[in-house]
Amino acid sequence: MAPTLLLSRDVPELRYLPTVDRFDESWRSPLSTLLGWGRAAGADFVEFFLERSNYINCLAEDDAITSIAPRLATGAGVRVFRGQADCYVSTNDLTFAGLRSALEKALAILGLSLPGPNAYIPEVNLEPLRDYVATKGKDAWLGQCSSMKEMGEVLLAANGALAKQGSHVQSRRSSYFRDWQEVLVAASDGVFAHDIRLTQSVGSSLLCADGANRSSIGQRAGDASNPQFLRDWDYETFASGIAESAGKMLYADYVESGNYPVVMANAFGGVIFHEACGHLLETTQVERKTTPFWDKKGEKIAHENLTAWDEGLSDNAFGTLDMDDEGMPVQRTLLIENGILKNFISDRAGFVKTGHPRTGSGRRQGYTFAAASRMRNTYIAPGQFSIEDLFGSIDRGIYCKRMGGGSVGPTGQFNFGVDEAYLIENGQLTKPLKGATLIGEAVEIMQKISMSSNDLALSPGFCGSVSGSVYVTVGQPHIKVDAITVGGR
Amino acid sequence: MAISIEQLATDARDLATNLGIKQFDLYGSSVDETSVKVRDGEPEQVKASQRSGVTVRVWNQDGRVGITSTTDIDRAGLELALRTASEASAFGATDNVPDFSPEATQPIEGNTSDMAPPAPINTLITALADAEKRLLEAHPAITSVPYNGLAQSDTERFYLNSEGALRHEARSIASMYLYAKTEQEGRKPRSGGAFRMARSFDSLDLEGCLQETTDKTLSHLNYDKIQSGKYPVVFSPEAFLSLLGAFSNLFNAQSILDKQSLSTPDSLGQTLAASILSLADDEHHPGNIGASWFDGEGTPTRRIPLITDGQLSNFLHSAGTAKRLGAQPTGHANMGAKVTVSPGYWHVFSNQPGDLRLADAEQVILVDDVTALHAGVNSLEGSFSLPFDGWMVKRGDRVSIESATIAGDIRDLLKSIVCVEPEAEVLPGGTCPRIWVAELSITGD
Repeated sequence: MAPTLLLSRDVPELRYLPTVDRFDESWRSPLSTLLGWGRAAGADFVEFFLERSNYINCLAEDDAITSIAPRLATGAGVRVFRGQADCYVSTNDLTFAGLRSALEKALAILGLSLPGPNAYIPEVNLEPLRDYVATKGKDAWLGQCSSMKEMGEVLLAANGALAKQGSHVQSRRSSYFRDWQEVLVAASDGVFAHDIRLTQSVGSSLLCADGANRSSIGQRAGDASNPQFLRDWDYETFASGIAESAGKMLYADYVESGNYPVVMANAFGGVIFHEACGHLLETTQVERKTTPFWDKKGEKIAHENLTAWDEGLSDNAFGTLDMDDEGMPVQRTLLIENGILKNFISDRAGFVKTGHPRTGSGRRQGYTFAAASRMRNTYIAPGQFSIEDLFGSIDRGIYCKRMGGGSVGPTGQFNFGVDEAYLIENGQLTKPLKGATLIGEAVEIMQKISMSSNDLALSPGFCGSVSGSVYVTVGQPHIKVDAITVGGR
Repeated sequence: MAISIEQLATDARDLATNLGIKQFDLYGSSVDETSVKVRDGEPEQVKASQRSGVTVRVWNQDGRVGITSTTDIDRAGLELALRTASEASAFGATDNVPDFSPEATQPIEGNTSDMAPPAPINTLITALADAEKRLLEAHPAITSVPYNGLAQSDTERFYLNSEGALRHEARSIASMYLYAKTEQEGRKPRSGGAFRMARSFDSLDLEGCLQETTDKTLSHLNYDKIQSGKYPVVFSPEAFLSLLGAFSNLFNAQSILDKQSLSTPDSLGQTLAASILSLADDEHHPGNIGASWFDGEGTPTRRIPLITDGQLSNFLHSAGTAKRLGAQPTGHANMGAKVTVSPGYWHVFSNQPGDLRLADAEQVILVDDVTALHAGVNSLEGSFSLPFDGWMVKRGDRVSIESATIAGDIRDLLKSIVCVEPEAEVLPGGTCPRIWVAELSITGD
């Protein structure tokens, strides 16, 4: 234990020995001491993020398991704020000396000096450990997950289902990963919180070829917090959907480029909102003014039929968390209500730099990244129309049934690949189309989402941005966009 | 945390013996990195990281392979990794099991240590803040430099195995990027950027990065829509290299064996591109700042001709793919439970360079950069549909294109190349001249 009145000169001599195989109360004293040391050096705010992860992925190709790869990692990051400037230093060394060294480096980078040898180190009163692990029984999760043997068996069965249900099959792949992550956050404002996250995802893909015709279709499912996830996975239904889509797209014509009304499918169709609007509501964009919405809070930015949420609370959804990576409990954040911008997605730095209140959205891939404002489960709320209403309103347009990935540029331009599309003629789906890319500008497209059906569904996704790759959910009901540029041939 | 490769090798051998592991190898790296970003002349974020990690592969008594990666590289962490890899080996593949590279112990001729002293962080901040200031002063329309960064890193890589292979290299790298944004009343925001990489901060071309960012950004102020249609297209070196990278499965032996490529084992010798195009993967090209001396299996890197006068001439190999296809390893392997193959440094050139000039062209689209490749490329089908930055060029006059995409099939594109310019540009990912293509679909207004 540290002495009650600690002098700066004593800190290098301290020999804390916190528990090495889990984050618990034993970390209070060393972290409290270091936080106090950082504050005594003149930092406005200091935060430690400790992480231990146990990751494994498994790949099945055709009828063989070709890769099982576990990955173990431990590390920590220390973030120091001085005014609006901040510094982040990360290390693999979780000893007290290693953490102290990282803090010293961060302080020095910001031009702060360690307090003199006779300076008292003020105590930082950390809150009673907010332990989501203990309160929710997460300690048992890792042991309850599928074994390596089970992973292999399920993935081979999934590939078997693809072989059975596909035609002109050239190759089949199924993959699974389990990402177990234990985190501890301690900060000079008193935050002291401990959590375990369990994120799993499984997916299949099929490549079909017939002469010069080729089609490739993939799909993933994901879950946060259910150790039984892989055992519960309905790979037969999954394979059926993939095989059907791949078969239809094998002989599809290339889409003719132009401007069309489109209907976008529910679930992963929500990637359009994620890219075209969600990123532009993160305070990392607001603080740089790289979003057209940075000064539009309270104003109409979208069609009056559009309401959208970002939250971290949906049961087992891929972006669900108990607390964010800054130790704040997650919230349900209303982003847009009937077209009016209501809130931004904000983290600690976002609050410091923009004044928008934190929303439990400070997220990061791991300890090598400083947290940033990131989306969690983000979706357009269900509307009042039926799917038939949406199709029936279009004489000639495109139905985007299966979306690929997308991105948004610094001036608000976005694009999405479409893996499976169909021509709409007189309200009916006629022929399959391939090679489509949807292109537009966020400010314009948000005004053109004119109809939403009542079939909201969510889908897992991976979002890469300033703080690395994080697990998110995208979602929407079927929506109609009145006009959008479709890139093709 | 500095790594002693000799100590690591000793620990690995001792632990393997204790665990009854007879065959193993280990690949790892250690990175010490610092980066800064600025806004309005002040440091916005400064990051420093020291991280290490190793991947161990273990062969069990049945010859199956298991693998584990870890950031805990002390003795206890290494032991856990070896144990876990040993456990995983029970589920390793039984067909095409990887083995040590036959070249893992071949001597490497050259200086495998190329380190530079790091610049003080304040020097990085001052240089970047100065670049931001000069960009903002360059034109009233440039209102911000929302994305910028200056970074320097020292990286050590190492490989060792139970048959005595021991490789080590160390390298310093510095890099800078600037991305400026314009705002003008009644006009859409425009942007432009540039990137530079060098062996150290002192040798970094800061002025060049600043000038290119300024020129590119301002060149997009005068913009117009483009009618959708088919146009002759000129790819900048950066844009062409981006496309090549997106379709690198054409040359990837592992992808070919997995039927995840547009090529097959029989494609060698076939015509892949116009006869005026040649391509090599050349890790030791003088322009390659980040060159590695060996790959993830310890195989020395080298120059590999991939397209010779339009014909596909080689694939990129790991030790395993080379064995299966009767070739030599090429130094492009990444260690894993399943060894993967990836390209190194592209060198695009022509043995018959053309003499077409932008100043003489009646009307061409100059594609400066293609974006969103992860969304707009289907590498298994060969198709692409990508947003791009570029200009309509008529007899040397350039007008920026407001917003458009370019689409086509990579195989058709390669065969419809009509000119490879003689002057190449050296970039971090490759060396390449401008490439002229007869016609591609552009979607604009």
